[in-house]
Amino acid sequence: MKKVYGSAAEALDGVLSDGMLIAAGGFGLCGIPELLLQAIKEAGTKNLTFASNNAGVDDFGIGILLQTKQVKKMISSYVGENAEFMRQYLSGELELEFTPQGTLAERMRAGGSGIPGFYTKTGVGTVIAEGKEVKEFNGQDYILEEGLFADLSIIKAWKADETGNLVFRKTARNFNPPAAMCGKICVVEVEEIVPVGSLDPDNIHLPGIYVHRIIQGTHEKRIEQRTVRQKEGA
Amino acid sequence: MWDRNQMAARAAQELEDGMYVNLGIGIPTLVANYVGDKDITLQSENGMLGMGPFPFEGEEDADLINAGKQTITEMDRTAYFDSATSFGMIRGGKIAAAILGAMEVAENGDLANWMIPGKLVKGMGGAMDLVAGVGRVVVVMDHTNKHGDSKVLKECTLPLTGKGVVDRIITNLGVLDVVEGGLRIVECAEGVTKEELRAATEATLV
Repeated sequence: MKKVYGSAAEALDGVLSDGMLIAAGGFGLCGIPELLLQAIKEAGTKNLTFASNNAGVDDFGIGILLQTKQVKKMISSYVGENAEFMRQYLSGELELEFTPQGTLAERMRAGGSGIPGFYTKTGVGTVIAEGKEVKEFNGQDYILEEGLFADLSIIKAWKADETGNLVFRKTARNFNPPAAMCGKICVVEVEEIVPVGSLDPDNIHLPGIYVHRIIQGTHEKRIEQRTVRQKEGA
Repeated sequence: MWDRNQMAARAAQELEDGMYVNLGIGIPTLVANYVGDKDITLQSENGMLGMGPFPFEGEEDADLINAGKQTITEMDRTAYFDSATSFGMIRGGKIAAAILGAMEVAENGDLANWMIPGKLVKGMGGAMDLVAGVGRVVVVMDHTNKHGDSKVLKECTLPLTGKGVVDRIITNLGVLDVVEGGLRIVECAEGVTKEELRAATEATLV
């Protein structure tokens, strides 16, 4: 079955619907599916729930869908750096489910692995534990967290072969593999599609079984906090 | 009294050769400057072990950032992995220590460092996972807030990041350990007396 599509809009054709839950890869602005987010903006899909560690900045990443009010709810661990997010959240237009970063990653991994719930120490005794089952194992308390089952996953990788085997680059891997795993359909954008057989089978970061549609494109890859050091003697 | 760099230098003494360590944002980041000859591997919870220093200008890579979203560099020993694996090693107790900032710490080891009700809420990020999972939690912070009120309390007033998770507190006034029944003074900062440390501490000292 052909997985390679010509554009982000083509790759999303027939898979978007109002009110759906989308798992998105990326950490901050690093490794985000920027082309697919732009295409969702152009498609005008509404009332979306995003499971994504962050919400982008005002004019990049998920931020562009906040501007157009296409997002109903965020499931995230950190939403700073986004003024429009704060405005919509404080005015009650936008729902927010804070989920600790590791719990969010594990909820995605678990959902994609057929695990509907798991117990974790993270958040025990905090507001995160409110309303959740507490169970004791070996004298310590753990809380029940639920696996995430998304309608759609959108992720970014460095390279894909035509069967969807993926390779990520440096810390741009982050949430992309677990986000890819937890969706019924996963659409990936890459910097380069390479012929089958040219990736080392021992170094595939995410096997193509998790990937349904692939596009290649040019990425802005914006840097959120450019931080440098001075050369000695300079 | 210690300044930011002296607090970071003191915190670096907590680290032992061979440790895998996670450093938080702010003063904890400075700890990396004071590890000396010790073989320490820094973890960045977005998905990296072996975090190097900031890049030289012109060598920044958008695909290579730390948990504070700053551009960084890799080292010979660097390994990358996804965020689920990263928090697996945190939750699984593989990271020997985390050095973190705090808004409040209580005498029972409760930690608050993610939220002030009524103010802008940004989120806990990975802080709750870190304090619940790593081997040892060391807090580095100023002993009092800008109004002069103690941040070392009998009970935290702010929403918690973790319950009973702090092992040691390093402040501008000294070092305190969380022990049975309260906090124990380990040492005083240069030029600070035990009496001054006691007076600035609301928590029970044992």
